Amino acid sequence: MQTEEMRLDGNAAAGILRELFARDMTTAMATCRGCGSSEPLGKLLDYGHGMGAILRCLKCEAVLLRVVHVRDTIRLDASGTAVLSIGVGTVVG
Amino acid sequence: MSDSPFIARGFHAKRAPAKPDRLPPGQYETRDFPVLSAGPTPHTPLAKWSFTIEDWAGHSLRWSWDEFQALPHQTPTVDIHCVTKWSKFDTKWEGVSLDTLLDAARAAGVVEGDHVMAFSDGGYTTNLPLADVRGGKAWVAYGYDGAPLPAEHGGPARLLVPHLYFWKSAKWVRGLRMLQGDEPGFWEQLGYHDRGDPWREQRYQGDP
Amino acid sequence: MSSATKATPEVTSARSTPVRLEWRVAKVKAVRDETRHVRTLVLDVPEWPGHRPGQHVDVRLVAEDGYQAQRSYSIASPPEVPSVELTIERLDDGEVSPYLCDMLAPGAGLEVRGPIGGYFVWDVSLGGPLLLVAGGSGIVPLMAMLRHYAAADAASRATVPARLLYSARSADDVIYRDELARLATAAEIDVRFTLTRGAPPQWSGYRRRIDRAMLAEVGWPPPTGAQSYVCGPTPLVESVANILVELGHDPSHVRTERFGPTG
Repeated sequence: MQTEEMRLDGNAAAGILRELFARDMTTAMATCRGCGSSEPLGKLLDYGHGMGAILRCLKCEAVLLRVVHVRDTIRLDASGTAVLSIGVGTVVG
Repeated sequence: MSDSPFIARGFHAKRAPAKPDRLPPGQYETRDFPVLSAGPTPHTPLAKWSFTIEDWAGHSLRWSWDEFQALPHQTPTVDIHCVTKWSKFDTKWEGVSLDTLLDAARAAGVVEGDHVMAFSDGGYTTNLPLADVRGGKAWVAYGYDGAPLPAEHGGPARLLVPHLYFWKSAKWVRGLRMLQGDEPGFWEQLGYHDRGDPWREQRYQGDP
Repeated sequence: MSSATKATPEVTSARSTPVRLEWRVAKVKAVRDETRHVRTLVLDVPEWPGHRPGQHVDVRLVAEDGYQAQRSYSIASPPEVPSVELTIERLDDGEVSPYLCDMLAPGAGLEVRGPIGGYFVWDVSLGGPLLLVAGGSGIVPLMAMLRHYAAADAASRATVPARLLYSARSADDVIYRDELARLATAAEIDVRFTLTRGAPPQWSGYRRRIDRAMLAEVGWPPPTGAQSYVCGPTPLVESVANILVELGHDPSHVRTERFGPTG
């Protein structure tokens, strides 16, 4: 019987988030609604374990993002994220 | 991108389960016991632990750990099925039947709804039809394989409802709340099935 | 048709126009056994857009009856070569890895989607010094980084000293062992090993789980501003990352990729 925590991290959610946002999201910064701390999504702890992605705050463990792929729909609950900041690069004039 | 899926020849076609009658559709057997949690492992001291059955009208019945241990208990051996496709046969548990707990709650004035919400330390919830936790089908389990249930697997106590997908068997369970109407719990809010019968492959909302 | 359109290291997915990721049917060009339980698949992926070291692909298997399974695998090859290489550890109880290791011969097709990822990525333009820490199959994405490093010109490498600390169960479990020995010399990479379940008699490397004393010896001094990448089983990754931060490394310069319990 395995006794270690099997959690992964936001890298494991990269595929489903890429599908949803049409860009890599692991470097996007998420601000926790619970405690206000900000981290890149790739760094957050993922407790989805094959059922979906459950990304939790490193500081206070609150859920920032929940994502599940149901048939041909992706369902996202971002209510735990106060702000999501996504780099889109500079426009060269 | 082609319209018809690319078939991986030889994949899954050779899978001949050792116990075909016991494996629901789409599942495969594992000898491991994967640890799946929606959050970090809570560590509630037994002195602070309680189990509560409550309704929407203010009635409730609560057991402390010592009171819980004094209840009649059973040692079911059951197969369990995870929606992530693994099944594990002949798992051995020790715990109190939900029938024992619900009968006591009813006698104490708790009103029963058609559905219940199980709630756990750490905030996890899952909804179930009341009929699926009555009739010898469900337990609050505190022992696994002859030893106290480890924290990673839901200890001190977890819900055990083996005839449904295992996300319904809420780890670190602290009680049941009677519902006036069905409400989705943690995974059900995201699209997982309200009932979750593996023999009918009720994985997602809308699966018949 | 050549699949050798490669993105240059400086082009990041964040700066390119958002593009929908498609499933593509790759063709297995070759297979290569790395260790008793580990095999590399060399894939030709049509219209592959190139990738950055550290990224991964999703692999999808669809059976005749419609049953599907999907897993992610780190890309082992650097962007400098046209094929996409996946190094896969065969887990006996697994659903996908036994198929990938046992059933795919050159000429077979395999559905992949990628490249995916952007956080756990390193290329020479990000600078260093560079510390890579691998546990078990966690070596795979770090190998893409090292192969990319070795392909860079000597002047670039001179500005970015690179070290690898690789933890494996036994000498037979070390993946890419010969190539790492070659790279250690040819590209001047500082390669160190630790074995956790027994070492051969002449073993000159470490013989224990990675701990604070080992990282204090192997790691770069924090004031150098080192970029660290840690990949492998969850307990190893968390332990190593915590120690690096305790030793004084900037947490934003310590990047992690957890592979789960077996790594």
